[in-house]
Amino acid sequence: MGLHDRVTDWARDFDHTDEGWAADPYPIWDELRSTCPVARSERYGGVWLPTRHEDVVAIAYDTDHFSSRSVVVSKFRAPVEIAPVGTAPPISSDPPFHKQARKVLLPVFSPRAVSALEPSTRAYCEELLEQMRGREVVDAAADYAQHIPVRVIANMLGLPEADADVFRGFVHHVLEGVSLPIEERVAGMLPLFDYLEKHIADHVGNPRDDLISLLLDSEVDGRKLDGFEVARMILLLLIAGIDTTWSAIGASLWHLARTPADRRRLLAEPGLMPVAVEELLRAYAPVTMARLVKEDMDWNGCPMKADDWVLLPFPSANRDPAAFAEADTVVIDREVNRHLAFGVGIHRCVGSHLARMELTVALGAWLAAIPDFELAEPAAVRWSEGQVRGPRILAIRRPALP
Amino acid sequence: MMWRMNVHVDADRCQGHGRCYLTAPGLFEADDLGSGRPIGDGAVPVALQHDARLAVANCPERAVSFEGT
Repeated sequence: MGLHDRVTDWARDFDHTDEGWAADPYPIWDELRSTCPVARSERYGGVWLPTRHEDVVAIAYDTDHFSSRSVVVSKFRAPVEIAPVGTAPPISSDPPFHKQARKVLLPVFSPRAVSALEPSTRAYCEELLEQMRGREVVDAAADYAQHIPVRVIANMLGLPEADADVFRGFVHHVLEGVSLPIEERVAGMLPLFDYLEKHIADHVGNPRDDLISLLLDSEVDGRKLDGFEVARMILLLLIAGIDTTWSAIGASLWHLARTPADRRRLLAEPGLMPVAVEELLRAYAPVTMARLVKEDMDWNGCPMKADDWVLLPFPSANRDPAAFAEADTVVIDREVNRHLAFGVGIHRCVGSHLARMELTVALGAWLAAIPDFELAEPAAVRWSEGQVRGPRILAIRRPALP
Repeated sequence: MMWRMNVHVDADRCQGHGRCYLTAPGLFEADDLGSGRPIGDGAVPVALQHDARLAVANCPERAVSFEGT
């Protein structure tokens, strides 16, 4: 914060790290969608912001004109030579490399593989809730949501759970340090690579039954991945697997704290949970992705230049009245819900089944332990900045125990 | 003669969101990579017609469709 000027003109000078966007981006997107609908900013060296569902989908599908080699907007653009692999494959990969890299991860994150992690995830959620027992006010983001995905992904990878703070520090730098000067931005990544190098070397010497060993044993393009490639895939899994799910769990609890009717309905009808989870994902989709324009072109009247950023705000697409009835309302039993919380096209979130499981388990365990709750201090709720949106301070009050 | 309804997944469009097999587990299943596919020949029993319509309506990639005969 404080590294950029406050936004006054969202159509011509937006900044997705602005405090106004972090606090409540929906009115901004609604306004742009009905008047603009593709905003432009000269910040970060030039960024476009489509806001309509139709445009977000069209760009997500158009891998001919838009590259994924960098997906987090900052002043630093990965050089074009890094394509088609990109900074953190496969999320940063372009065709045809993308498909091979993705195939390495898909079996590990398949519904079947993910369901095996459900009991340990539930046990961990219950352990966190047990630690909160007896406290009238708890922080649902800091005491609960943030711990769940870190623990799950650390266990999958084979990294020590005790390093959770280290991972979160790195992820914070990648996702929220986007306004830093390039030198600081790059320098901030180095400790993570040192850390990963150490653990990868350890896995090379002592292979075991975890994801790092599996990645080291995987083949792409007919050859084994090298240590640096494995490190970049781990980087993706940490970045994409931690803040995102933490945000979805936190935002869902924020909604339920403010909406007693939905809370009571879920308590009375647990079978509604799968439908409710999809609706919470639609309404509070945490992730906005990004692309880089490959070559100068006119896109639907927008004069796009090579290396311009394009933000893909899936949360805005999910609130487009052209695509959803009552788009701005959480309809907890919404049955028809073609939401884009996990993106669309070849880059569909590879961890979506894991995220859905974690969100479902985390909400179910919370409601079982804390069926009745409200925001302790609505004005003190703080939301993250940038492309992953979720509450980072979320004080919740529950009725005092007898 | 009764109208027969079959569900179909376009494998080229499917990206493995899993909405079909989550919405209509009686009609779709996941393969090892998480892509959706119809169970058996995709024939939809009358009791599952609503599920089938929801599966079509919820696919983010519009990969799920009906094949009527």
